[in-house]
Amino acid sequence: MHRFDFPPAQMPQDARALRDEVRAFLAETIAARTPLERAQSWVGFDADFSRKMGARGWIGMTWPARFGGRERSALHRYIVLEEMLAAGAPVAAHWIADRQSGPALMRYGSAAQQEAILPRIAAGECFFCIGMSEPGSGSDLAAARTRAEPVEGGYRVSGTKLWTTYAHEAHYMILLARTAPGERHEGLSQFLVDMKTPGITVRPILDIAGAHHFNEVHFEDVFLPAESLLGQPGDGWAQVMGELAFERSGPERFLSSFTLLTELVRVLAEAPSAASEEAIGRLAAHLIVLRRLSSSVAGMLQAGEDPQLDAAVVKDLGAVFEQEIPEIARRLVACEPSLGARSSFLNVLAYTTLSAPSFSLRGGTREILRGIIARGLGLR
Amino acid sequence: MDDLNLLVSQTAERLFRGHMSHSLSLAAEAGAFPSDFWDAAEEAGLTLAMVPEASGGVGLDPQGWAALIRLAGAHAVPLPLAETMLANRLLVAGGLAPRTGILSLASATGALALTRAGETWRLSGTAARVPYGRQATGLVVVGEAEGERRVALVPVSAGVVTPGANMAGEPRDDIAFDCALAAPDVAPSPYGPADLEAMGAAVRAIALAGALDRVLELTVGYVGERVQFGRTLSKFQAVQQQVALLATHVAAAGGAAGLAAEAIAGEPDGTRVAAAKIRTGEAAGLAAGIAHQMHGAMGFSQEYALHPLTRRLWAWREEFGSEALWSRRLGADILRRDADALWPFISAA
Repeated sequence: MHRFDFPPAQMPQDARALRDEVRAFLAETIAARTPLERAQSWVGFDADFSRKMGARGWIGMTWPARFGGRERSALHRYIVLEEMLAAGAPVAAHWIADRQSGPALMRYGSAAQQEAILPRIAAGECFFCIGMSEPGSGSDLAAARTRAEPVEGGYRVSGTKLWTTYAHEAHYMILLARTAPGERHEGLSQFLVDMKTPGITVRPILDIAGAHHFNEVHFEDVFLPAESLLGQPGDGWAQVMGELAFERSGPERFLSSFTLLTELVRVLAEAPSAASEEAIGRLAAHLIVLRRLSSSVAGMLQAGEDPQLDAAVVKDLGAVFEQEIPEIARRLVACEPSLGARSSFLNVLAYTTLSAPSFSLRGGTREILRGIIARGLGLR
Repeated sequence: MDDLNLLVSQTAERLFRGHMSHSLSLAAEAGAFPSDFWDAAEEAGLTLAMVPEASGGVGLDPQGWAALIRLAGAHAVPLPLAETMLANRLLVAGGLAPRTGILSLASATGALALTRAGETWRLSGTAARVPYGRQATGLVVVGEAEGERRVALVPVSAGVVTPGANMAGEPRDDIAFDCALAAPDVAPSPYGPADLEAMGAAVRAIALAGALDRVLELTVGYVGERVQFGRTLSKFQAVQQQVALLATHVAAAGGAAGLAAEAIAGEPDGTRVAAAKIRTGEAAGLAAGIAHQMHGAMGFSQEYALHPLTRRLWAWREEFGSEALWSRRLGADILRRDADALWPFISAA
């Protein structure tokens, strides 16, 4: 049976120097961001910030130099990511391209696609959105109904994608669509889609906090040239499963509420009580252990292993941790949180409470993840 | 070193498998100490795992000796292996020779005092809940006297033992002393009572991870065999979700165990020890609950092998400091700092 070991990652020699460099960069670049803005790290869209990160070599940093990468290790990347997220830097613009679309292009894309796109992603100038979910297809991705019908010279696409984060800002989408009717998994393919292609309409969907990052993306008889296909027709399902497995265990899976934790510590430190010491100690312990698990998985990836079960476990544990922080905070501090509150603790608590339900939905729901874990244990 | 680690842990695995049985577990709890098993473990060098080769030990690295403690936890081995390993490490760190035979540990704090008496030393008061006190030949006591840390080796025969037990039925005995110590058995020590507490908490965290490994294995096995409503329990989504949740806690404990071992490799690091003991302790309670739920009435019976493990989970999470104690310490440490120092603190752990 699988034994969960999580050996220590062999941190690179320049780990400390890189961490310090990132901290100095952040201290200078995002000094003016309020705690409420920092709490929105993941959904904070700032193209200028992304370009600065690109210039530092911190986007696509593990990629080959010919694609604009810096050929650094998964652990270097781990350090940059966790420093960005812990500081609440606005990483949304390049986030999807860096973690998901770029690696997908590198694995499955044609030489022409790679040459055209990857260096621009690494420079922090090319942003992506993900065209997987649909109105009738969330966890059950294979139920996708968007059609890409083969026509002379390419494909004609009709259908609707939903919950498409930053579709209104992205330059490209990687689109999952059905190229052959019939079998659920075999008929799916992915495409590299220029968002300026005629026939694509992007409509905003406001989230629970009233913010706009989700969209509905409608494709009406959109012509895609044959060379926009990613890999071979029918490879879509395997590609999507691979993409989702890439990044289940990164620091973004447990740092979403870190700004709130920092503000909570600030409030509690004014008059520490036994209850607050115990609660903060417990959360810190969880966080220290999560960092161990997550960095260990990064080390396994660096060593060329395929730690799918370990990665799924880290994502599930991380989401539980992120989600419980707002509930714990409100039990420790009698307060009435609101987005408009002047106190940073109160507005960050409100924001994080509103965001928390998404932590166990995005990138694979808790139930799907636990199903994956159960399969890894041999139960199904 | 990796080869040596592997060799020793394979030897230990064979040894534990060969000697352990459910009946031996029950017999040990009823008071029959498995002396043959102990002799074999000592023969294999397990009790000297933490002692450098140069001092007559086996000289495993932290990963190596932690693997032994985790395995012993997984097999619910009713022997004071971790205690004797630590005791020998403390003796050697003080320049004393490691010993054969069963050793246990105590801090000269609270009701137990190590004091100077002219040219020699005195131990007086009660060492509380000493693991396997009645079986141990020697007790290694760490204390601070006159501003200096000391380690002392005391024959248990010099004290009066009052037997006790933890929730798993492991001996936890009070030993009352009022005796002079032989001067050569007391030495300056790099480690004090707080270090002993941290080392104890770390080895319990590692043992918890081991017991949790086995609890998961038993649970996965049971739900794969038990048939209800015409299919195995493992085919029910409700069961799959619960076992997956169990696995996440077992995994977290596994990672925490690694932190614990590294944290006491040298001068104990209280932050990482706290994190490990808190996380494994929390995992223990949650995992025991799920494992029993999945096993139904079977897991509740004396005859089935789950309870020696779950009762150890419940016992060990309290020993050398519960989650409450370590959380308060860690939390107080954080709340003394500036809030903006939180991330540097966490990321340095």
